[in-house]
Amino acid sequence: MKRIAFAIAFFVALLVAWELTVRSGRWSPVILPSPWKVAEYLWSSVLDGSMAEAMWVTLKRLVVGYALGVALGLPVGLLCASSRYVDDTLGALALGFQTLPSVCWIPLALLWFGQTETAMLFVVVMGTLWSVALATSMGARTMPAVYDKVARTMGSRGIHKWTRVILPASLPFLVSGMKQGWAFAWRSLMAAEIYVTILSGFGLGQLLHYGRELNAMEQVIGVMLVIVAIGLMADKALFAPWERFVKLRWGAATQ
Amino acid sequence: MLLQVDPAPAKFSVERVSKTFRRGRVETHALDDMSLSVRQGEFVCLVGPSGCGKSTLLDIMAGLCRPDSGHVLCDGHEAGEAGPDRLVMFQEAALFPWLDVTGNVMFGLKLRPDLTRAQRREIAGHYIGLVGLERFARAHVHELSGGMKQRVALARALAPDPDVLLMDEPLSALDAMTREQLYVDFQRIHAESGKTIILVTHNVREAVCLGDRVVLMSPRPGRIREEFAIPLARPRDVNSPELARYATDITVALKDYMGEDVAE
Repeated sequence: MKRIAFAIAFFVALLVAWELTVRSGRWSPVILPSPWKVAEYLWSSVLDGSMAEAMWVTLKRLVVGYALGVALGLPVGLLCASSRYVDDTLGALALGFQTLPSVCWIPLALLWFGQTETAMLFVVVMGTLWSVALATSMGARTMPAVYDKVARTMGSRGIHKWTRVILPASLPFLVSGMKQGWAFAWRSLMAAEIYVTILSGFGLGQLLHYGRELNAMEQVIGVMLVIVAIGLMADKALFAPWERFVKLRWGAATQ
Repeated sequence: MLLQVDPAPAKFSVERVSKTFRRGRVETHALDDMSLSVRQGEFVCLVGPSGCGKSTLLDIMAGLCRPDSGHVLCDGHEAGEAGPDRLVMFQEAALFPWLDVTGNVMFGLKLRPDLTRAQRREIAGHYIGLVGLERFARAHVHELSGGMKQRVALARALAPDPDVLLMDEPLSALDAMTREQLYVDFQRIHAESGKTIILVTHNVREAVCLGDRVVLMSPRPGRIREEFAIPLARPRDVNSPELARYATDITVALKDYMGEDVAE
């Protein structure tokens, strides 16, 4: 209770400081709008449906791309862990692509797919895939060898062993890999949306971009707040439960 | 023709097994022409100094590793690849942390399509009770002590009802008090379940306490040197003087073989 009160007090103080800075008149309201103006913009964007639409477009790209990236990354990671040859080749490639900032995929995606949804999806997949693959492979390779012996003697082979032993054993690595993949995907999607306009859907990044074009600073800040909120909610909704599970089952020793 | 009937046919046997490991140019002759035969319900302990190939032999018996030559027979048939007919307790409990105690014991049972969900629960519950962990059925693995973890590993290995239970130094990482308690429990569970058990250990007293027979191995290459029948009544107390006498005899023999090895 005390902690919640403290946190609320902090954010109220932040808003008050912001408002006072605006009222001091040192900066033009075009550069620094008041919190009320931002709230006003957000409310109007909710009323005219533009915010809901942008969120829908962005989240659809993100969720579909992310799911695809994870679905591809898991088998790639398991494959890398299963053979030294695959690890030397595909694994090295994954490591290289993972260090490549995923924004760098945007020019290539535009040339290959044009200004289409596919290009957006491609950027998100590339942001997710390699982080997930590397984490999976790391998790599978650091699994104690005796788990494999237990599985084999119990009669667990093939798909059963991969899904019931190796993947769950990799979970501590997997959760952080999927989190990193999510962060990369989210960042690269925003970059892509700010960078290119795609007529098939007007996402949050584009909303942000046009805020700048129109010199509508309250729109820029408002959209930024929405992006932050989505990031926080994804963390709480998608990853916090898994992190709790890992902590509960593996004990405090891991992570 | 005279039909010869063996009064107690071998439940499980290893016949003329040899194994050599190669790492680069170094060859390690781990096992040389080893044979061992175990009767139904017998508790056999393999004892030897480290490096005598006893863990390799156990891996071969479990089907986790192929011998260069020789056979592993279960009920007279080639045992082949690892499978739930021969389950293993390892030195580490090797429980799966993502599953709770019941989940771990159910792991092997879930691979049995012939069982219903209710039957699996009932069997798991029975074995968790047998190892005295009813109150911890829903506990997480990291909350358990070392001894409790090995009890769960035992329940997990017993639940799918294997023909043979193989134990690879399962008590060596535990403290003395816990170990002595587990000697009592292992004997009770062996008596109740009638399982055929093969235990590998370097602890002679442990072998004498648990085994119907103690088989002595010597290293480089791993060979069976001598067998000792232990006709002591059960349940046995690891601290009893009679047991200590057997252990002393075996230790003396063991030291002889080791001395031979040093002299070579």
